[in-house]
Amino acid sequence: MAATDLSRQGSLHIIDVPKILRWGSIYIAQARIRNMLQWKWSIIGESFATPMFYLLSIGIGIGKFVNSHQAAGVDGVKYLTFLAPALLAAACIQGAVGEATFPVLEGFKWQKGFFAMNATPISGRQIANGVLLAAMSRAAFGCIIYYSALYIFGALHGLHTLWLIPVTLFAATSFAVLMMGVCAAIKNDDLFLNMVQRFLIVPLFLFSGTFYSLASMPKFLQIIGWASPLWHATEVGRWISYGHHVSAAALVIHFSYMAIMAIVGFKFAHHHFTKRLAK
Amino acid sequence: MSAADSPASPDSQGTPEALILAKGLRKEYGDFTAVDGIDFRVNRGESFGFLGPNGAGKSTTMRIIAATLTRTSGEITILGKDPEVSGPEIRAHLGVVPQQDNLDNALTVEDNLYVYGRYFGLSKKFIRNKIEDLLAFAQLEEKRGVKVEALSGGMKRRLTIARALVSEPEILMLDEPTTGLDPQARHILWDRLFRLKEQGVTLLITTHYMDEAEQLCDRLMVMDKGKIMAEDSPAGLIKKYSTKEVLEVRFGADRNAQYADQLRGMCERIEVLPDRVLMYSDDCEAVLHEVVSKGMQPTTSLVRRSSLEDVFLRLTGRSLVE
Repeated sequence: MAATDLSRQGSLHIIDVPKILRWGSIYIAQARIRNMLQWKWSIIGESFATPMFYLLSIGIGIGKFVNSHQAAGVDGVKYLTFLAPALLAAACIQGAVGEATFPVLEGFKWQKGFFAMNATPISGRQIANGVLLAAMSRAAFGCIIYYSALYIFGALHGLHTLWLIPVTLFAATSFAVLMMGVCAAIKNDDLFLNMVQRFLIVPLFLFSGTFYSLASMPKFLQIIGWASPLWHATEVGRWISYGHHVSAAALVIHFSYMAIMAIVGFKFAHHHFTKRLAK
Repeated sequence: MSAADSPASPDSQGTPEALILAKGLRKEYGDFTAVDGIDFRVNRGESFGFLGPNGAGKSTTMRIIAATLTRTSGEITILGKDPEVSGPEIRAHLGVVPQQDNLDNALTVEDNLYVYGRYFGLSKKFIRNKIEDLLAFAQLEEKRGVKVEALSGGMKRRLTIARALVSEPEILMLDEPTTGLDPQARHILWDRLFRLKEQGVTLLITTHYMDEAEQLCDRLMVMDKGKIMAEDSPAGLIKKYSTKEVLEVRFGADRNAQYADQLRGMCERIEVLPDRVLMYSDDCEAVLHEVVSKGMQPTTSLVRRSSLEDVFLRLTGRSLVE
């Protein structure tokens, strides 16, 4: 039999606690990404296929129809140009929310991996930050591919449109971190993610001024748009992309709204991660 | 002066260094008291066991020591630090094997060890070397590239223990390490734990198996309903709370209780269980002889050495595994 005695210096000599306090979130993110890489081909495939489907069906198909009926275009531009910032933001938000919610249920309930992480010097706060960082890394990957596809299809013009990427990721972060906190807080989660998908993500996608201007909807439905980070990201995105009219005050409101959602989300997630690990 | 009052560091008389000191430790969940004001001390290099039935407060105590659960009141220090102040600093030196394996099923055996080592901030090079040792230790060399979901229960358990050792912890904490394993897998595990103990690792074990406690623990704390019932070495507990030998006799379900009064006079103590009567004495062959000579014919009889089960029965009036 092979030697079974372990060489040993002892943890007191090999572990640097301040280093873990500084870098713990990164360690968690690395572990999450290692886990995601198990499905790298499906992630890559999905990242390329999603923009293709949307661009071909809605952008080009419906776009042709809209443009032929409305010579002036929508909001003064071609339908595809109008649509692009919204599609980008919607895809990025969905991707980020998925990657920030499913692993949280898995970590707390299904596999209990977060409890294993927390048995090391890593704190609940670091686990939350690490999971979000990994989710946003994947969202960023998807976002860059989506952006490239939009650019190649002529839906975006000029390098200034690169600003869409950080704005979109900012919106996605604010919503993903809030949803991550909600996942840590809920006890009975059997149906939760399905409900989120059906009654939150899909309506937000449909009612956030994605396909037509929010102003053309009845007031009571506009409320959904105001509450949705997708609408705020879309408004800013259209302003960046083709100079859609947004007042300075509105810009401040859009960014503040996303920032507040992010701050509240972080506080909420940190609180519930810590609380649930100590149960 | 109780053990828990002594200083934590070794003194001139060679009192061993206390790695864990608890005084009046208490944990309540609403109206329910899980841990009811207990005192204990664990010294460096010791193998210390919490023995008790499910719900005795063992796991709760373990989680407080592991700095992942806050206490309601009382004091506790681990490596001289308070877990509510210095959680990460304490956890840096613990290896935790939870009751249920919480490995990453999607990753390979090797990657599980690697990822866990990174949580302790260890370098890639250090972990890569360590993995070779750990795979040999856990007898999992051939499974290194296999995903965890494909492992047997015993292999997962060994991997969880190997994972807890990646950081070379000062204290290895095992919560029910062999529950659910077959006898062969248990013996392999015991052998591995014994080797660690020989290397000076302090072991903290909870179990409701008496044989496990006797095999692995230098000192035992018998717990029931959140309280400490007794604390000593396995041999010391048996000596203090039981006789050298036990005679088990069966007369059939109806007559066990009926004979109890007569039997009581023949030995130091008896316990009437539903299926048998336990008679405690230092010379059970003589007791059996007397039982037979008085005309009582047991359908079966067995003379055996006292075990921790007898201690537990004596202390709580209940059997350990029900």
